[in-house]
Amino acid sequence: MGQRVAIVGAGMTKFVRRAQETGKELAFHATRMALDSCEMNLDQIDAVCLGTAPDTFDGVHMKGEYLSDGAGAWGKPYMRCYVGGGTGVFSVIQGWYHIASGLCDTCLVVCEEKMSSYQPHAQAAFLTIFDHTTERPLKPNLLWIFAMEMNRYMTTYGLRKEDIVQVAVKNKRNALDHPCAQIAKAVTAEDILNSEVLAWPVQRLDVSPVSDGAVALVLASESIARKVTDKPVWIEGVGWSLDTAYWTNRDLCYPRYVEEAARMAYTMAGVTDPRHQIHIAEPYDPFDYKELHHMEGLMLCGKGEAPQMTVDGITQRDGELPVCPSGGLLGVGNPIAAAGLMKVAELFWQLRGEAGKRQVSRKVKRGVAQAWGDLMQVGTVVVVGI
Amino acid sequence: MSLRERVNQPKDTRPWYGELPVESLYTVGIAGEKFLRTLKEKGQFLGTKCDRCRQVYVPPKIYCERCLAKLDDWVKVGSCGTLESWTMVHVGLDGQKLKKPELVALVKLDGASTCIVHKLAGIPVEELHIGMRVCAVLKPKTKREGAITDILHFKPADR
Amino acid sequence: MRAKAGVKQTPEIQYAGTGLSSKDFKEGKILCTRWTADAKYAWDAGIAIGKYLAGFKAGKILGVRCIKCGRTMVPPRAFCEWCFKTVDSWVQLRNTGIVNTFSLCYVTWDVKRVKKPEISAVIEIDGASKGMGIMHLLGEVDPNKVRIGMKVKAIWKPAAEREGAITDIKYWKPY
Repeated sequence: MGQRVAIVGAGMTKFVRRAQETGKELAFHATRMALDSCEMNLDQIDAVCLGTAPDTFDGVHMKGEYLSDGAGAWGKPYMRCYVGGGTGVFSVIQGWYHIASGLCDTCLVVCEEKMSSYQPHAQAAFLTIFDHTTERPLKPNLLWIFAMEMNRYMTTYGLRKEDIVQVAVKNKRNALDHPCAQIAKAVTAEDILNSEVLAWPVQRLDVSPVSDGAVALVLASESIARKVTDKPVWIEGVGWSLDTAYWTNRDLCYPRYVEEAARMAYTMAGVTDPRHQIHIAEPYDPFDYKELHHMEGLMLCGKGEAPQMTVDGITQRDGELPVCPSGGLLGVGNPIAAAGLMKVAELFWQLRGEAGKRQVSRKVKRGVAQAWGDLMQVGTVVVVGI
Repeated sequence: MSLRERVNQPKDTRPWYGELPVESLYTVGIAGEKFLRTLKEKGQFLGTKCDRCRQVYVPPKIYCERCLAKLDDWVKVGSCGTLESWTMVHVGLDGQKLKKPELVALVKLDGASTCIVHKLAGIPVEELHIGMRVCAVLKPKTKREGAITDILHFKPADR
Repeated sequence: MRAKAGVKQTPEIQYAGTGLSSKDFKEGKILCTRWTADAKYAWDAGIAIGKYLAGFKAGKILGVRCIKCGRTMVPPRAFCEWCFKTVDSWVQLRNTGIVNTFSLCYVTWDVKRVKKPEISAVIEIDGASKGMGIMHLLGEVDPNKVRIGMKVKAIWKPAAEREGAITDIKYWKPY
């Protein structure tokens, strides 16, 4: 499939509830750090891909153009992608095809979100994702859609809330070791089960926070990658897929679109048995049940089996299949597009053995990152390996 | 009935009215904070300088957009500069004709490589010309609040 | 470009990002600007949804059929997104349905807490193909007794008050 593409550098800012830096400044810090990490300069970069969620959050129209200078795009081929929450991982796919196609040899991938600009709370912005005529008059809350998906998932497989919250316990604890984490905390299952009910079955501590932050990666073709680093992390497979926009016409208990995206990526990567060939996973976890949902969509376990795997400790950092060793969105924070890209950055650091206190116990050679978004309908998947 | 027959009764279709509730709170950022605080307290304009690219950014950035170097070389630039372009605006944001047309200017302050956009006043249109010298007119210090509107407008340097 | 560098994720790395609290804004420690968008729209309901809304005014729930895939769909649409062709006919669906999933929501859309939960649900409409649901609200039911699979019926506003909107159905209640 064209030129081989490697990730050679990564950088990120802290994820915070409210940053003093402008979006441009956040993008700059992440991008500069990514370039410095592989000792590259901007004039060695052929193109820039930027991912960022709806303009409404930052309150900046044409956010792609607004952020371009901070992302290092001055005078370069540049484009912004947006597939809702799936953006962070999709931006890597976009960077990948710039290079795989042979069009470029190097590409910066930058994701930024400054959700604190939206007043009084970013959640109200989500009202506008619902159909303006047939749904918005009911004054829906974004939580409805998650809560109803979670309910459907729990009911279909007979799952207990007590088991699902283990994901939040794990990820928030993992985030204690992440220097950029927003809400790293040692919480117990009881804390979560006793936290405020937002939209049953979703409670306060089941949910990731809104955040400001930026992440950047440097991608390079094989010839460049071998020159700049002796530890390139190869992008082995990419996949993305979209289900119908009529979200009320789907069975919400299983993310078929994630499976389709994963199959596409696995086929490209030559992965035939994901349960054994994937050593580490960073599925999208804006809510605790979503990590489980996505593990199943990624075929890392059977349908309805992810909670048991979690309870058995298999997904801990020292488990057989570490899942969200970064701390995920639940722990590190959820600046939408940046959070997705953070997952790929985590795999980069983990596979190179550079994750510091977060480093997983087992030797890991291949990992999968996944994000999800739009109206419960898009799956974006990247498989990386060394 | 096929949809290709279209809807012929106006009452069968209707527009749906609504709005997007958007209220934003923007921080001015690290560079903006220093720029606007200095404008507010000292009535001075600051820029950041990249020696490599020979650029002085006003309003300042904490990075050079050309080479992405981190910039911490802050320099004072003039409160007067050159009129690089201008326009007279007759229509407001809502498409209505303005009672009094407004002059808008692109000004490159002395020592800066980049322009800022602001209002222009104190000169008849027929005397305006690109390249003329203009100076910032600031609000009195006690009224300044650390915003770009602390500059009331630009006016010709010789008036 | 010769350096074979790998920066370790160790504590000495300084990550950028200056966290602020709302106090910093209140006390004027931080300069900021505010802006409220004046974003008003008149969205066309469109051909299919226009007719769907006219159906509500008449107290009917309408769906569309595609003879190629055999689906009866709701909300109605002008084209079948599976077969990518114009739909073939309109059908009146029943005023009853099954709760596909639901939530007990204690927070309004603009994040205000409420004591009595709003019960949002996806309701599969009887007469449409399996799995064809719409989003709506449940009412006249004890929140603790709502179950997936529960049979519910539409409670309409009186004819004179209906305006051709999804809210012409006040809510759905178990029967």
